[in-house]
Amino acid sequence: MLRELGRGLWTTFKMVIEGPVTTQYPEEKRPVRPRFRGRHVLNRYENGLEKCIGCSLCAAACPADAIFVESSENTDEKRFSPGERYASTYEINMLRCIYCGFCEDACPTEAIVLGDNYELSFTDRHDAIYTKELLLQPVASPDMTTPRKVEPGMYTRSVPEMKNPSD
Amino acid sequence: MDWILLLEWAIKSLVLIFTLLIGFGYLTYYERRFLARLQSRLGPNRAGPFGLMQWMADAVKLIFKEELTPKSAYKLVFFLAPVVTMVPSIVIAGVIPWGPPVTLFGREINQYIADVNVGVIYLMSIASIAVYGIVLAGWSSNNKYAMMGGLRSTAQMISYELTLGLAMIVAILLGNSMSLVDIVEAQRNGWFFLVQPVGAAIFWVATIAEVNRHPFDMPEAEQEIVAGYHTEYSGMKFALFFMAEYQKMIVVSAILATLFFGGYLGPGVDQFPWLGPIYMFAKLVVLLGIMIWVRASWPRIRYDRLMAFGWKVLLPLALAVVFITAAGILMAQDVNPWLMWLTPILSLVAGWIAVLTVNRAIRRKSYA
Repeated sequence: MLRELGRGLWTTFKMVIEGPVTTQYPEEKRPVRPRFRGRHVLNRYENGLEKCIGCSLCAAACPADAIFVESSENTDEKRFSPGERYASTYEINMLRCIYCGFCEDACPTEAIVLGDNYELSFTDRHDAIYTKELLLQPVASPDMTTPRKVEPGMYTRSVPEMKNPSD
Repeated sequence: MDWILLLEWAIKSLVLIFTLLIGFGYLTYYERRFLARLQSRLGPNRAGPFGLMQWMADAVKLIFKEELTPKSAYKLVFFLAPVVTMVPSIVIAGVIPWGPPVTLFGREINQYIADVNVGVIYLMSIASIAVYGIVLAGWSSNNKYAMMGGLRSTAQMISYELTLGLAMIVAILLGNSMSLVDIVEAQRNGWFFLVQPVGAAIFWVATIAEVNRHPFDMPEAEQEIVAGYHTEYSGMKFALFFMAEYQKMIVVSAILATLFFGGYLGPGVDQFPWLGPIYMFAKLVVLLGIMIWVRASWPRIRYDRLMAFGWKVLLPLALAVVFITAAGILMAQDVNPWLMWLTPILSLVAGWIAVLTVNRAIRRKSYA
């Protein structure tokens, strides 16, 4: 009897010696895993053009029907993305989204990527619908904003050269 | 009896009451923090520095919570039961000395409320009153789980109170007095724990059963009977039960420290009487820490085994220990003072026999 009781006491006392494993969340955040699926981000090319071409494949792939895309025509006067079309409306309902990452897989241009932001909270259902402005990556410098005027015939290929993902 | 004496008593009583009330708050904090450490967690650390104000936040929450009284409850008893549980847990502390006499404002002040010459009997009787609160709470709630909790509590307390009383007799015999002050003073040459370690262990086990702590918390076993006797209580009435439980924890630890661990005694306490309360506090912290540690470590024992352990193991062992102590004292008086050392040895043997008995019973497959 005494040995078992002593072993029980030792088991819990070992935990005191080892110390707590708690992460003090709001102050101290654990880095997410490489393939973590957090809030979506709409990526841009290095020159600032949007990767999204408004093809709606993500919306088609979405099992929760959370994505809504509306596309419009690009012109060289007002160019958003390479190729013919761009997404004039891009909305994701974060309450519907199940963070499965199918949109990421379906995207032909690697425009939509599930990022590492998991701190999503809303006080209103309407706030849960993330619009294109919220999802789009910020530009590096002010002259890289979209839409912009470009030389004609420069961006005709809508789907870029792709390579296999590394992680 | 002059008015200054009355004032002194009033002030000492207030100090004791507020110490216990605030001690309750910080005991919950201590328990939550230490329990968290034992479970690899941090515990409450948000309210105030290091979470020190957590108990205040809890109290505010409990005060503002809605209080429900079941429709079919016996209203008067339902209302009185928390009070009946709460009051004895404070009153019982009146006879516990927490320091040697000190001189303050030109007066010699004793650091206890009352030096009752039958102090130990006072402890036993007041401790028994607290059971009524629990039983009445269980009965008046008109809820089967609460009723069961109350009944379990009755059976358990009656069973373990005998053992508790016998363990107290050990201290009475060794101290040759029933006054707690005399018992503490008798431990100047050595704590009674050294003379009678098994007696102290029995007392400790019985007090854990008496205050319904793990692993003997059958009256409020969540997995079996919801929350036991306080199932139907909410808000401040529940808080009173909670307070009573924690104050009883403090008080029984203080009694254990007084009876077996030398109370306020410690090195240098005669030169500096104010060290007395500090030693008492340190002993309380250690004893309460052990109680919390035990809560984190040991599983709750089954109800029939609890009764079997109380009646078949602890009570005979306590009787044997009382006999050994009495015989040891007699032999030391009449034959040779060195024979006093037979007491701890023989009682350790008795304790070992009890442990072996339990081991045998556990090994047997059909344990009744």
